[in-house]
Amino acid sequence: MNFSGKKSYFWRHALLIVCSLITSLPFVWIIICSTNTSVDVLRGRLTLGSNLGVNFQTLVDTGRFLPAFKNSVIYSVTTTLLAVCISSAAGYGFVVYRSKAKDTVMAVILLSMMIPTAAILIPMFRLFSRMKLLNTIFAFMLPSLATAFLIFLFRQASQSFPGEIIQAARIDGLGEWMIFFRMFIPTMKPVYSTAIVMTFMNTWNAFLWPLVVMTDSQKTTMPVFLSLLTDSGYTPDYGAIMLAVTVTTLPTLIIFFALQKSFINGLTGSVKG
Amino acid sequence: MCTSLRFQHIREVLPMINVRPRRPISLERKTQRIGWMFIIPALALVVLTHFYPMFETLLLSLQSGKANNLKWAGMRNYVRLFKDATFLAALENTLFYLVVQIPVMLSLALILAVLVNDRKLKGRGIYRTLIFLPAVTSLASCSIIFLRLFANDGYINTLLLNTGVISEYIDFLANKWSARAIIILVMTWRWTGTNMIYFLSGLQNIDDSLYEAAAIDGATGVQAFTRITMPLLKPTLLLTTITSTTGTMKLFDEVYNITGGGPANGTITLSNYLYQLCFGGVPQYGYASAIAYIIFLIAALLAFIQMKVGDKE
Repeated sequence: MNFSGKKSYFWRHALLIVCSLITSLPFVWIIICSTNTSVDVLRGRLTLGSNLGVNFQTLVDTGRFLPAFKNSVIYSVTTTLLAVCISSAAGYGFVVYRSKAKDTVMAVILLSMMIPTAAILIPMFRLFSRMKLLNTIFAFMLPSLATAFLIFLFRQASQSFPGEIIQAARIDGLGEWMIFFRMFIPTMKPVYSTAIVMTFMNTWNAFLWPLVVMTDSQKTTMPVFLSLLTDSGYTPDYGAIMLAVTVTTLPTLIIFFALQKSFINGLTGSVKG
Repeated sequence: MCTSLRFQHIREVLPMINVRPRRPISLERKTQRIGWMFIIPALALVVLTHFYPMFETLLLSLQSGKANNLKWAGMRNYVRLFKDATFLAALENTLFYLVVQIPVMLSLALILAVLVNDRKLKGRGIYRTLIFLPAVTSLASCSIIFLRLFANDGYINTLLLNTGVISEYIDFLANKWSARAIIILVMTWRWTGTNMIYFLSGLQNIDDSLYEAAAIDGATGVQAFTRITMPLLKPTLLLTTITSTTGTMKLFDEVYNITGGGPANGTITLSNYLYQLCFGGVPQYGYASAIAYIIFLIAALLAFIQMKVGDKE
């Protein structure tokens, strides 16, 4: 837009700088706090301290920090890989083997987007509890393995996959599944990286679901560990708490910076669809 | 397409061996069957984790009792809801967050998106990244960050005390209104960037020539915004409104971690109350299921109204 003169750019920058500071300074702040003692955090010290090692030891001594971190990594990576495989196969199937019945099924799957977590929480909890599956990775990941969002993302992407490749591969005698694994997956790498980043972030940051089904503090994930850490009966050690917050945030932050394009394209793609 | 290729081939051969062309049809069916194999795992999971529980919740909401001793109760759970002070408080709070937070956040996101969309603006990529940053954090982390800022011994109080602005700490979380303000602040901090990206993608679909034509016709910036940007951005606006509404109807993590619903249920949400009923003592699955359905019905109703209004204009 070219309606206002150059003067107004000053105010635009001013507003954007203020907003950028509000959104990014807390990240700097948690990193600073995680190197300080609890007392220094309470005093509002804003310079790097030398207490990082001690804070780390305090977290390790809770006996739940390392398991929670390990769980978060294992659960998120497994869930992401399985979810992307299952959902991309479905998205591909809806386009390549299109039929009326399959279009109807896709519409029904999209409807599931309207169902809030709270509405499925109780039956799912009772089901897993009856099947003695609480505190297993199975309970953690089941609701995230096939989401309407992921299936839709891959369905949209499959539409740009050239039919000639499939025909040629069939003539060459490649089976249907081999076409999917050898032709589709390698050509669709950008969509896969978008899906992987989005799913990883969602599973890593999930809170309510693990809080309900991972009741054992040895089996739970980082966000739930954070929550337990703040309301444990002891005098809270704020340096250690902030270190835990930093450790929870860093993996997603690193992935975001490494794959920024995929992440933002994924969000944008879900709008355009 | 492959079938038609083979079909032709078989037709050429057929007269010689004198067999009816049944193979092509069965091949088509076979391909379709393989197609279903791609879809069935995902479909089964969606049914098992979404539609089946949705149905089960409906049945549960018509039963009442403690823990697993449930008896049919007809509509009694739903009647009980409207005499339950905690439920009414949770409903009021959830609607309050909805009415106050969504307009504030979406207006801010839209303004930022319009600013960052300007190609002449220097450093727009950096602004976009920084403003989007909170979207990578878990809500548990966000909650702890804001709790540390606003607690009695938190950073804001320390700062105000040290600079002499106040002589005694302010208990932000003991007052219903300031506690609500903090919840709204966290939500806005966490989600504005995401909505800004949604708006940006909507803005990038608008043709620049429209603005050039408007500028030639002597339109002001405000006019261009209300006459070109807003109408063309309507689909995006609808999408952000609906996702924010369903998101707020589900609101749980922030309140659970910051105020725990207090003071005196002043910030509790429907999901928080549902969680308390199921996991905070002797479970009342039937009654909690009725609340789950209320959440679902309100979210669906609002989405429906928003779509109707969005279509009309």
